Formats: sequence, C-alpha cells, structure tokens
Amino acid sequence: MPLASLPLAAAGSGFFTSLNDFLNRWWVQDFIVVFGFGLVFVLLRAGSRNERWQRAWERLKRDRTGLIALAVICLYLAIGGLEALQIPSSGGGRRSVLDLVVGGIPSEKTYSAPLANTLLTEIPPKPLNGRHLLGTDALGKDVFVQTLKACRTALIIGGLTSAIYIPLGALLGIIAGYFRRWADDLIQYIYSTLASIPSILLLVAILMILGKGLGTMSFALGITGWVGLCRLIRGETMRQNERAYVAAARALGQSHWRIVTRHLLPNVMHLVLINFVLGFSGIILSEAILSYLSVGSPVGTPSWGSMIDGGRSELSRDPLIWWNLSAATVALFGLVLSLNLLGDSLRRAFDPKRG
Amino acid sequence: MPAAPLLSVRNLAIDFAAETGTVEAVRGISFDLAAGETLAIVGESGSGKSVTGLALTRLLPEPPALYKTGEILLDGTDVLKMKARELRNIRGNRIAYVFQEPSTSLNPVFTIRSQIAEAIRLHRPEVTDVDAEIVKVLDMVGIVNPQQRMRDYPHQLSGGMQQRAMIAMALSCHPDLLIADEPTTALDVTIQAQIIDQLRALKKQLGMSIILITHNFGIISGIAERVAVMFRGKIVEEGETGRVLSQPEHPYTKALIECIPQLGRKRERLATIDHAALEAAL
Repeated sequence: MPLASLPLAAAGSGFFTSLNDFLNRWWVQDFIVVFGFGLVFVLLRAGSRNERWQRAWERLKRDRTGLIALAVICLYLAIGGLEALQIPSSGGGRRSVLDLVVGGIPSEKTYSAPLANTLLTEIPPKPLNGRHLLGTDALGKDVFVQTLKACRTALIIGGLTSAIYIPLGALLGIIAGYFRRWADDLIQYIYSTLASIPSILLLVAILMILGKGLGTMSFALGITGWVGLCRLIRGETMRQNERAYVAAARALGQSHWRIVTRHLLPNVMHLVLINFVLGFSGIILSEAILSYLSVGSPVGTPSWGSMIDGGRSELSRDPLIWWNLSAATVALFGLVLSLNLLGDSLRRAFDPKRG
Repeated sequence: MPAAPLLSVRNLAIDFAAETGTVEAVRGISFDLAAGETLAIVGESGSGKSVTGLALTRLLPEPPALYKTGEILLDGTDVLKMKARELRNIRGNRIAYVFQEPSTSLNPVFTIRSQIAEAIRLHRPEVTDVDAEIVKVLDMVGIVNPQQRMRDYPHQLSGGMQQRAMIAMALSCHPDLLIADEPTTALDVTIQAQIIDQLRALKKQLGMSIILITHNFGIISGIAERVAVMFRGKIVEEGETGRVLSQPEHPYTKALIECIPQLGRKRERLATIDHAALEAAL
C-alpha cells in the first residue's frame, strides 16, 4: 500500500493504532462507561440546583411524549451500557455483561425465522422450540441479541461524533459571527474548503490513513461534519449580535469571553440541541454507509448499519429473509424517533417564553 | 464651577467609513459635566447624539468608526487612550448605560435576577449577599414586590418594568455617570413621565451625573440643569435649561422648540424644520 510508505501517514496510523489498542482493553472500556454515566449524573445533579433546569424539568414532567421518549432513550442507554461493560470470560477472552444476560441463547448453523421451530435449510429439521425471538441470520447468530449489541456501536458512534463536531461547530460559528472580520474570513475559508471536498471520499481517505475502528470513525465523521452547524450558528449569532442585550453587556464592561459564553451561547443553544438530535440519526446512517464501503466498523462489530446492509441483499431470497433487516431498522427508528421527540420536548421545556 | 469636571470632552470628532466615502458623524464637539450634574443632549435623528453617548466608553465598533481627533477625559484620564482592560473596567463600573429598547436590552433567556447578579459580581466582587443587593436596587427604581419580580424573565415584564430593570442593572454597580440614550422613546407617555421622575429621584439620592440623550424637549425641563443642542454633528447651542428653552439663540434650537405641540394653543399646523433654509442660513 503506497500510503503506508508515507512517514506522516505511518506515524499517524501508528499513533491511532496504539490508541485503539489502548481503548480496546476491557478495563479501559469499563472505566469509560462508568465515567461517562457518572459524568452525566454529576451534571444533572449540578443542573438540578439551577433555577432554569428546575423549571424545565417541571415542564418536562407534564409532557407525556417527552417522558416516554426519555424512557426509551434510557432503555437504549442501559442496553448499550450493559454491552459496553466488559468482563474477562473463562476462555481467556472477554465478554460483555449483556452476553451474560442473554447467554442462554445458543448459535445455530444458519437462518431460522422468528420463533420458528426449525432452521430454514437444514435437513433433517432440528427442533429449536422457538428460542430465537427474532430468528437467526445467515451465520446462525440470534438477530435479537445482535440488535441489542448494536446499541453500543450506535451510541458510541453517535455520542463520540457529536462530542467532536458540536463543540467545534458551535464554537467556531459563534466566533465567526461575533468577531467577524479576519476570524470570520478564516473560518469561512476553512469550512468552504472542507465542504467542497466530496464528503464520502474524504471520510474514506481519512479512515484509510487512520485505520478502522469506532474511535477513528467518530473522529473522521466529527471533523468533517461540523460545517452545517457552524454555518447555522454563525448566522444566528450575527442576528443575535444585533440585539441590544449584547450591546448592553458590552456597556456593562463584560469581556468577549463572557459575552460569548453567557449571552450568545445560551441564545443559540436551541439550534445546537436540535442539530444534535437530528444529526444523530444521520451519523448512524453514515456508519452504515461506511460499513458498506468496508471502511466502517471492524468486522464482527454488531451494528445496525451492517445489519441493514446485509439484510438488503437477502430480500431477494425465497423464502424472504425479512427479520434481519426489519429488526435493525425498527431499532434504529426507535432511537432516532425518541431522540427527535425528546429534542422537541427539551426545546419547549427550556423555552423561557412559555408560561 | 470650582471642582474639576467629572467628564470633559474636548474637540471630539468621529468618522464612519462607508462604502460611498466617509461620514462625519461627530464634528469637533466639546462639553464638560460636573459630578452630580445632568446634561441633556438634544437633537434630531442623525445629529450624532447617540454616537457621542456610545463614544464616551468607546463602544462604537472600530471599524467602521474612527475617532479622528479629540479627547474624552474621565477624571483627567483619556478614555480614547485606554487599553481594552481599562475600558471594561470603566464600562458599567463608572459609566453605565440605559438604552432605548428595553425589550431587547435584556437577555431573553435569563431571569432579571441573574442578569443583575452578573453585573454586581463583575464590578463589586466584595458584595456577599447578592440577592439582598438586587432587591435593594429593584426597590430603588420603583419595582413593586422585588422579591417576586426578580425571578421573572424579561418577557414577563411590561415595557416600563423592563426599563426600570435596565436602570436597576445600570445602578447596581454604583456608576458615577449614567448615560440614558432615549430611555423613554419606546414607552408610552404616562410611563415616560414615571421613568423621568424616577431618574430625577435617583440622581438626588445617589448624587450621580446623568447624560440624557433625547430628541424630545418635553422631557428635559424637569431633570436637566444644562442642555446641549446637536445639529449635524456639532453642538450648536449649550446652556442652562431654562434659558435655552425660553430664549433660544440658535435658529435650529428655535426651530426645534417651535415643533413642540403645546396645550391651549390655537389649532394650527404643527411646525416643521426646513432644513434647506436652515443650512442656507448657517
């Protein structure tokens, strides 16, 4: 591979390979999961003392759609968390806590329909007693278990990518919109350049250099995905900047930093929130596309994207293999819909203009 | 006037760079302001009065604004030579502003309390009981039930209340000079009178100076000791309020006073200013 002979590429790839290796240790993963959930908990605790958050929570409690969406997202988070928590297994390898929970479901040799008593192609039929709730796929893996396991992949990709592109897009957008002049020119120049490169090609190129992996994929999606948000925030910041409260803040002697963080950021936050929620589904779909181009998740990582991708070609079989595709689609749909509804409810709950 | 003036503006000229050339917004104005004194700057739209107000703490965006000549001495220190840090230190702390539009001057996503608290924490870090201080200033500007009202968001207050909250925010840092840029223009007439009365009472109570920028001669007589009339970027007449109102010297001042509709006068067409004739006469 000619790329590997480039010293820069080799150095980059070496760094990211060792980073991937480090992140793949089971105790590192467990630590990240526990730390992540702990961080959310601490943030919510801190937020619960804030008057604005308290009011928002009071309103959210009265919003049934929002509560249901929140519950569904918590369910996804719980399943993803269980899959992400790793324990060393007796065979020397490791397995997730979720494996432990669903451990009673064995693998088969090939396809079986949901709750079927026999495999599709095996002769003579072997009794299954309906132990596969959603059937099995071509390799005989239980589709239900695969779907649950894929939660982790989706949440990691979606969360990590958002954690990269949202601060990047929001901050650069506000800086461009607030300071204008050369800062604006520079940021516009960067994102126009980035936007003019076909995104799939750029993603593939980055992943070829950095190597496969959930971390590198999130990184690639993150540094290419902030342009839209940045544009949006830049425009809104320019609009807010005209309002007298920004002038009033300056007249009060507040620093640029405080005006950006205290006055402009909260006033563009609703756009960030909506962008995060709507972008989440797009990121999960990008993961599917990248997996299809074989630069996505590493082989063997369960993901809805690769399940949908695999299931697509099985639609032409007779009898029709539909459960693989639909299970992943429904799971993806459930997460995306819940995120959308919750995003909407949150926006309404945080809107000070409502009674 | 025995004491040195609090603020002394000397030959201030400000240009704006526009696509079609340079606009001379302020063309060499000078005035003094003693501590505790109220000066009204009166003029029509575009006369440079708001630009003058903003220039006093260098709030105009540069570019397009350019401070061509002059100095603004605050207690003898030139504001135009200050660094960004020093400027931030006098803004709010020594010179505070109240703007025309109370509805957009307050940040819509924060309560009145958190906005005033921010001002207090910024300039008076020694205050420990911030809430008590907020209640004090809100009470001072005549907001009834300040304990309750400070938890409100700006949109929950009426225009007059919002303007009072803005004044409270400006006062919370104990400024030496309050610049009120058309503070009553967006309000209806009864509220205008209330706000002006409030400003007068506060001035007496706190001993601060006020620069009242307005196009309305009607509101200045009760509050300002001196008036400066601005026309096309220059101060054309300056003097004691009563004298300027009763015996205006400059033709523009006369024309401006003519325009005030008066109660009890015979029904007739309201006077307008004939700019072409004025400019020819000058």
